[in-house]
Amino acid sequence: MKLADLATLIRSKNAGPFFLTFDIMFADEEHYQLVKASRCLNTQMFAALYACPVQAVRFFECENAFAFKFSFPRPLPQGEFGDADLHGGQQFIPLMNVEIPLPEDQTIRPRY
Amino acid sequence: MLIGSAGTAGADAQVDWTLDIVNEIVREAGVKVRTAVIYAEQVKDTLIELFRQQRIKPLDAAPYLDEDTIKGSAHMVGMMGAEPLQKALAEGVDFILAGRCSDSALYAALPILHGFPEGLAWHAGKVVECGTMACETAGKGIMFVRLRHDHFLVKPFGQGLRCTPQSVAAHSLYENVDPFHFTESSGTVDITEATYEAIDPITVRVANSHFQPADSYTVKLEGAELLGYQTIIIGGIRDPFLLRQLDSWLANVRTYIEETIARVLGSQVTKEDYHLVFHVYGRDGVMGALEPEREVIPKEVGIVLEATAATQQLATIIAQLSRQPLLHYPIAEWRGATTTFACLHNPAHIERGPVYRFNLHHVVIPQSPLELFRTKFVEIGRTVLIDVNQGVSR
Repeated sequence: MKLADLATLIRSKNAGPFFLTFDIMFADEEHYQLVKASRCLNTQMFAALYACPVQAVRFFECENAFAFKFSFPRPLPQGEFGDADLHGGQQFIPLMNVEIPLPEDQTIRPRY
Repeated sequence: MLIGSAGTAGADAQVDWTLDIVNEIVREAGVKVRTAVIYAEQVKDTLIELFRQQRIKPLDAAPYLDEDTIKGSAHMVGMMGAEPLQKALAEGVDFILAGRCSDSALYAALPILHGFPEGLAWHAGKVVECGTMACETAGKGIMFVRLRHDHFLVKPFGQGLRCTPQSVAAHSLYENVDPFHFTESSGTVDITEATYEAIDPITVRVANSHFQPADSYTVKLEGAELLGYQTIIIGGIRDPFLLRQLDSWLANVRTYIEETIARVLGSQVTKEDYHLVFHVYGRDGVMGALEPEREVIPKEVGIVLEATAATQQLATIIAQLSRQPLLHYPIAEWRGATTTFACLHNPAHIERGPVYRFNLHHVVIPQSPLELFRTKFVEIGRTVLIDVNQGVSR
């Protein structure tokens, strides 16, 4: 199942003018734990999706919030020549299609 | 009442603009308000001196900094911590209007002054700094915090608003690189072990937020420098023959524009004197180099050409010289005269004025938390502005 079908929110935003941050949030612990157990979200996959060095990527598992977070330096600082997303709000799209394999006995449904 | 980062960036002119608005409001209300105005804009000579003393340090992913960067800045501000606010609060003012300021410091300053634990005070500030965004669904209303010495309660007031353990915990992710550690001037708020507990359907109890005092006090610097003046052209392309070779066509158009500029403007303008960017909407206009589906041939694209140069006049000349190549640069599939670009406007170009980029992502290690900020005490309201203390607060 695609990440966009499991998460209640996938978003990107500036974290200051020099960083982009990505939040992947779930409705409940069940969806969060399913994705966590899949180990599909990690710094390697993110670095591949966003063509950046693995060491530049920071990844967080936020149990209390049922959320995951990635951060990495902006490819172009905010307002630099060529920057076309000044708030960084439309950079999350590649995360939507990350495939999360469901265990055979899994009865989980898409969120809608 | 405390207002920080007046006018968003918190530069001096924005503080004064906000002060005018507040003054108008309190005059209408017919009250007098003892006010502290705290300015956060930085003086170039001071920062150059601090740079020479190696008291300015880069943060992660900071751009290159030297004395010329400081000299070339249009505006620079320091982000104040709780201390300048606390100094004003200790003077017994009714209202503080601050330039660039840590958002959470506006909430943390008073409780810390009264001896509440810093971890809880800062964390509470973090939760409420964006208003009802820490609710399950944001909406019209306000946030209320009851801070105690071992926990705080946060609840919204507003129709249908709820704080849940998840919504409060999740707010710490918003616009932060690290959802567990927040660097403030005086130290780091650490909420790794924080606990969130619903005590009724709309109220959350938060505990176990910690604060690690910094080895040295820092003030974050933010700055912007002029990139130049910009003129743009907006238009579109729909021709499928052209769209399947768009990259090479745009490269040809760019070369043709550069040759035209060299021919018309001669040696007075070199390639270093201007900057041309094509934003291609419908292909990779939004994501640029990060676009994962770059190879799909679009049905239609929107193009924004940005010409940036040292003067508005030069930027406009360059945009004007770009129009003809965009309109008529031929492709092999069609014979005879073609028009390859749909202009949205006539005249095709729009002058955008000055454009800026961020040029600082650094911290200063000051001698004291107050060193980089100037406080003036004024009484606003019924009477005209009276400066009761013109002295600079240090």
